[in-house]
Amino acid sequence: MSGQSSVLAAGGLPWPPSVDDFFLPGYFYPWITKFTVMVWIAAAVVMVFFLVSYRKPKLVPTKAQWIAESIYSFGRNGISGDVIGHEGIKFAPYITTLLTFIGVMNVMAIVPFFQIAPTAHIGFPAALALISWVLYIWVGIRKHGVRRYFKNMTMPSGAPMWLMPLLIPLEFLSNFIVRPFTLAIRLFANMFAGHFILLVFTLGGVVLLGSSTIAIKPISVVSWAMDIVLTFLELLVALLQAYVFAILNAVYLQTSLTEEH
Amino acid sequence: MDLAAATTGVHGSVAAIGYGLAAIGPAIGIGLVFAAYINSTARQPESAGLTRTYLFLGFVLVEALALFGIAFGFVWAK
Repeated sequence: MSGQSSVLAAGGLPWPPSVDDFFLPGYFYPWITKFTVMVWIAAAVVMVFFLVSYRKPKLVPTKAQWIAESIYSFGRNGISGDVIGHEGIKFAPYITTLLTFIGVMNVMAIVPFFQIAPTAHIGFPAALALISWVLYIWVGIRKHGVRRYFKNMTMPSGAPMWLMPLLIPLEFLSNFIVRPFTLAIRLFANMFAGHFILLVFTLGGVVLLGSSTIAIKPISVVSWAMDIVLTFLELLVALLQAYVFAILNAVYLQTSLTEEH
Repeated sequence: MDLAAATTGVHGSVAAIGYGLAAIGPAIGIGLVFAAYINSTARQPESAGLTRTYLFLGFVLVEALALFGIAFGFVWAK
């Protein structure tokens, strides 16, 4: 391992990368990181796209309007309507915002010069999961009241009373602690692992090229070809994870709203 | 670790082995989820759209444990 590191260091690469790589130099030093700027860009892209494409809505939609409407109808009918049901339509803006915002952030993982998704930093998925956590608890309490909501969430109907001492802590753990935790970790770990895999094959190619044995040098081409294939996989994962985050939010809202669970 | 390195000459992080072990369960689980989806779609092609939501739902819930493996591999690396 140390041998490989020295090969990379000898090639003039900044190796190993450290936390300092996250920061912008100069005036902004500890306050604004590269990720912060990328999140701003992602938010701006989403806002500008939807505002521009829907500025002058026409009965026969233009191409941009058609795309914007398709995305919104996917979030509204395909996710909110299908998973939550009739009541879910009012959550459509939130679900679609998650879908597009996380989608744009994730795709940054393969956009040149960004090369990493802001969601590969645990802080941003954690914040998104926190918002979702507060939202589904708040929605449930508003619908059922505190007592009935916690009864619904921790005491599965039909279970015998003598099981309750076991079920209540388990259900509480799974519904209020594991849920937001997995929501954040899933998005973070997927994007982080994707970034990692791309890096492994890119640097693997560099190390193979730097090998002292001539016969090993050409194998670096295989490594870089693999990189291209994995970039497409990364695009798939990026969009899938945005979809999954939105759909899990819809499922959690649905379990908060449902009468018996 | 030091002992293992001294006796066998193998060195690195045990977390890598741990992650390999952690991935076995989710791998089987994801296999079962997709097998069930293919099965149901082959039997009843028109149900493909209906069950796709549950496919992804089951897939991501099973996958969570493997992702914990990645995260905790780094958290507990030292």
